[in-house]
Amino acid sequence: MTWGTAVPLGIVLSSFLAGLVIFTLAEERVVLRTTLNLLGAVVKLTLVGVMIVGVLSEQYYTVSLPLLPGLNLVLQADKLSVLFVTLSSGLWLVTTVYAIGYLEDSPHRSRFFGFFSLCVSATVGVALAGNLLTFLFFYELLTLSTYPLLVHRGTEQARQAGRTYLVYTVFGGTSLLIGTIWLYTLTGNLVFAPQGIVAEIAEQHRASLIAIFVLLIAGVGVKAALVPLHGWLPQAMVAPAPVSALLHAVAVVKAGAFGIVRIVYDVYGIGVTADLGLADPLLALACVTIVYGSVRALYQDDLKRRLAFSTVSQVSYIVLGTVIVGPLASIGAFVHLIHQGIMKITLFFCAGNLAETLGIHKVSEMDGVGRRMPWTMAAFTIGALGMIGIPPMAGFVSKWYLGAGALEGGDDWVILVLIASSLLNAGYFLPILARAWFARQTAPWPHERDFGRAETRWTLLLPPIITAALALLMGLFAAAPWSPLAYAQLITADEYGP
Amino acid sequence: MIALAVAVSCPIWAIVVPLVGAALTMLWPRRATFVGAAATLTTLAVVTALTARIAQTGVQRYAVGGWGAPLGIDLYADGLSAILLAITAAVAAGVSLYGLRYFRAVSVLAYFWTLWLFVWAALNALFLSGDIFNLYVTLELVGLSAVALVALAGGGAALTGALRYLLVSLVGSASYLLGVALLYGQYAVLDIASLGAQVQPDTVTWVAMAAMFAGLMLKTALFPLHFWLPAAHGAAPAPVSAVLSGLVVKASFYILVRLWLQLFPIAVPAPGQLLGALGAAAILWGSIQALRQERLKMLLAYSTVAQIGYLFLVFPLADTVAAQTAWLGVLMFIASHALAKSALFLCAGNILRYYGHDRVHKLGGAARGEPVTFFALGLAGVSLIGLPPSGGFIAKWLLIEAAMASGQWWWVLVMVTGAFLAATYVFRVLGDGLISGTVSARRQVVAPGMAGAALLLALGATVLGFLAVPMDELRQIGWPLVAVRGGQP
Repeated sequence: MTWGTAVPLGIVLSSFLAGLVIFTLAEERVVLRTTLNLLGAVVKLTLVGVMIVGVLSEQYYTVSLPLLPGLNLVLQADKLSVLFVTLSSGLWLVTTVYAIGYLEDSPHRSRFFGFFSLCVSATVGVALAGNLLTFLFFYELLTLSTYPLLVHRGTEQARQAGRTYLVYTVFGGTSLLIGTIWLYTLTGNLVFAPQGIVAEIAEQHRASLIAIFVLLIAGVGVKAALVPLHGWLPQAMVAPAPVSALLHAVAVVKAGAFGIVRIVYDVYGIGVTADLGLADPLLALACVTIVYGSVRALYQDDLKRRLAFSTVSQVSYIVLGTVIVGPLASIGAFVHLIHQGIMKITLFFCAGNLAETLGIHKVSEMDGVGRRMPWTMAAFTIGALGMIGIPPMAGFVSKWYLGAGALEGGDDWVILVLIASSLLNAGYFLPILARAWFARQTAPWPHERDFGRAETRWTLLLPPIITAALALLMGLFAAAPWSPLAYAQLITADEYGP
Repeated sequence: MIALAVAVSCPIWAIVVPLVGAALTMLWPRRATFVGAAATLTTLAVVTALTARIAQTGVQRYAVGGWGAPLGIDLYADGLSAILLAITAAVAAGVSLYGLRYFRAVSVLAYFWTLWLFVWAALNALFLSGDIFNLYVTLELVGLSAVALVALAGGGAALTGALRYLLVSLVGSASYLLGVALLYGQYAVLDIASLGAQVQPDTVTWVAMAAMFAGLMLKTALFPLHFWLPAAHGAAPAPVSAVLSGLVVKASFYILVRLWLQLFPIAVPAPGQLLGALGAAAILWGSIQALRQERLKMLLAYSTVAQIGYLFLVFPLADTVAAQTAWLGVLMFIASHALAKSALFLCAGNILRYYGHDRVHKLGGAARGEPVTFFALGLAGVSLIGLPPSGGFIAKWLLIEAAMASGQWWWVLVMVTGAFLAATYVFRVLGDGLISGTVSARRQVVAPGMAGAALLLALGATVLGFLAVPMDELRQIGWPLVAVRGGQP
C-alpha cells in the first residue's frame, strides 16, 4: 500500500474502525469511548489536511477495489470531494464533542456512538466516491447507519419518524439504483469526470437519458429534501440534537445535495443537462422548494421543526446554484454547501442547548432567554442572521453569488425568489431573536437544570460558539485565499473547463 | 508436500471425509461432537484444496475405482461445481459451530451429527456428479436425510412437516427419474456432456425435460409448488432450518441450471419466460406472506419462498446478450442467500432460546439482551434486502443489469418491489428489537458459540459483496455454455 492509497482509505476507516470498537464497549467505559471518538475524528481531520495540500498541488489520491466485473469501488480526492469531506470531517469533530456532552448519563451510548461513527464513515465515502457505483454504495450505507440514530430514543414518535425515513430513503435508494444501472448499460462507465460522461451519447439516447436523470435526481432528492420528497425531514426532528446536526449539516441532507451537484456536473455535465432541457425544470423545483420550505417554517412553533423546514428551503439554494448555467451561480452553490452546513449546525446546537438546559422546545417559550443564556443566543443570532443573508455573515456571500449567477445565466426572475425567500427567512428568524433578546421572561422555564456559574455544560456551549465564529469569519474574510469562497472558485474553473 | 496437496485435492475426498465422519458419529454417539468437529474441519480443508486446484488447473475428472464412463461413476468438477462446493462449506462451517452447542440431549446430538454430515457428503456428491443418473441418486440421498433432520425436533408439528416433506421429496425425485429414463431410452447415455452433444428437439426429449423440470421445481419449492416448505423449514430445529433453506433447496436448483445450460436442445424463449413468471409470482407471494407472519421462523421460511423466486429470473435472461451477467448474478444470489438465510435461521434459534418464543412483535430489547445475535440479524437482513455492503446487493445489481441490458423491464419492477417488501419485513423485526423494551418472558443464556456462528455467517454474506470478481473467474472454468451454444464466457 502506498501513501497515495492510504490517505483516502484512512479517511473512511478512521471513523469506521473506531465505530466497530465502540460497539463492543460496555456502557460505563466513558473515558475509553470518548478517547476513541476524538481520536477517530482527529486522525480523520489530519488526513483531510494532507489531502487538501495534495489536491492544491494537483496530487489526487485514489484507491480502488474491484467490486463487479469491470466496475470498481473507487475512493478519490478531487477538488469537489475535498470540499465536502472537509466540511463533514470538521463538523463531525465539533458534533462529537457536543454529543459527548449531550448524551452524558443517557442509556445506550455505545450503540449511539458506534452508529454515529459509521454514519460519518458513510458520509466521507459519499464525498470521496470516484464513480456513481461507489456513491450509491455509501449513500445506502448512510441510510442504514442513520436509522438507528433516528429511533434512538425508542419513543412511539421516534419509531414513526424512523418508519417514514425508511420509506422515503428506500424509495430513493431504489430509484438511484435503477437509474445508475440503466446509465451503466448505456455508457459502460460510471466515472465522475468534469463536464460529464454522457455527451457522446446525448443525441442517440435522448429520451433514456432524460428518464435516467429523473430517476437519479429523485434518488438523491429524497435526502436533499426536495419538495415533494421532503416529508421525512421535519418528522426526523424528534431525534436527539446531535443527530439533527448530523442530518441537517454534516451528513444526510448534504449527501443528497452533493449528489445533485455530482450528477449535474460530473455525470451529465451542466451543458448537456441544459441541452436536454433538464436544467429549467430542476431550477423550478428548487425555487418551489425554497419558497415552500420558508412558508412552512413561518408557521411552526416547535423550534426544531421550524429549523427543519428552514433546511428544506436552504438546501435548495445549493440545487438552484447548481442548475443555473454559469460559473458565478456554481460558485454560489459550492460555497453555500459549506456555509449552510456551518450556520445550520450552529442553530441546531443552540436549539439543543435550550432544550437540555431549560427544557425549551417551542418558540413561544423563548421570551427573555437571551439574558439567561447569552452565549448560546449570541451564537444563534449569528447563525440566524447568516441564514437571512445579512452582511457580513457567510450567508450573504452565498446569496450574492447566487443572485449574480442568476443574472449572468439569464434567469433574472430567480432574483425575485431569492428576495422573497430572504424576506420569509427574516419573517421566521427575527421574531425568535426579538423574543429572546427584547421580550421579558413571562413564565418559569419548563425544565431548568443548574450548571453552576456557566449557562450550560461547556461541552454543549463550546461547539456552537466555534461554529458561529466560523460562520462570521467566513463572511468577513470571504476574499482571503484560504476561504471556502476561494476554493469554490477553484472548483468552478474545472467544471466549466478551459 | 506437493504430492500430498495433489492427493488431498482429489474430488473423492470431499465426499468420503464427511461420509466417514457420519459413520463414526453413528458408531461413537458419545464422541459425536468431537468427531463432528474434526470431520467438519477436515472437510473444509479438503474442499478448500479442491477449489484451489480447480482455480489453478481447470476442470477435474475422476473415475471412481478406475472404471470410467460409460460403466463406472465419474466425478466431474468445473468452476460451477467449485462455487457450490465452496458455498456449502462456508454454510457448513457455521452450522457445525452452532451444532456444537445447540443440542442438549446426547441421543439427538448424535443423530444430528450423523445426519448432518451425511447431508453434507450427499450435497458434495451431487455437485461433483457428471451424469443425470448420479444426480438422481445424490438428490434422493440429500432429500431423505433432510427429511430425517426435520423429524429430529420430535413432536407433532415436526413429524407432520417431515412426512409432508418426505412425500413431496419422493414425488419430485420420481418425476425427475422418469425424465432420466426417457432420455436414456432415447439416447442410451447418461453423461451430461455426451447427452448434450446428441440431444435433439423431439417430443420425447421435451417430455423428459418437462418431467425433470417439474420434479426439480417441486423440490426447489418454486411457487405454486412451495406449499410444503414453510411447514418443514419452520418446524425444524434452527441449524436444520439453516441447512434446508441455505443449501438443500439450492441443490435441486443447481441441477436445473446444469440441465438448462447443457441439455436444453434449442434456445426457445417460452420456457424461460414461464419460469421467470413463476419466479416473479413467488417473489410477490412469498414476501406478502412473510409480512403477515407472527413468528420469526415462519417469516424467514416465507422469505425463502420469495428469494427462491429471484433464482428463477435467471432463465428468461439466460438466452440474451446479458447471459453472462445474469449467470454470475444468480450464482451470487445463491451464495448470498445461502449465507444470509442460514445466519438468520441461527439467529432465530438464539432468539427462541433467549425469549422462549419467536413472536415478531414481542422482541423488544433484543438488541440489548442479545447484541451479537441482533447484529448478525441486521447484517444478514441487509444482504437479504440487497443493500450494500453485501453479496445480496451485488446479486441484485447483476440481475437488474442483465434485465435492463436485455430490455426486459418487467423483471426490474418485480425485483424492486421484492426488495421493498423485503425491507419492510426485515425492518419489522429490526425496528422492534432496537427499541428498548422489558423482556418479560423467561430468558436463557445463549452460548457464545451460537451467537458467534450466526455472526460468522452474516459476516460471510457481507464479505461476499467483495468477491464477485474472483467468483466470476472461477465460474468461467469449464463454463458449459461455450461448448453447447457457442456463447462467450
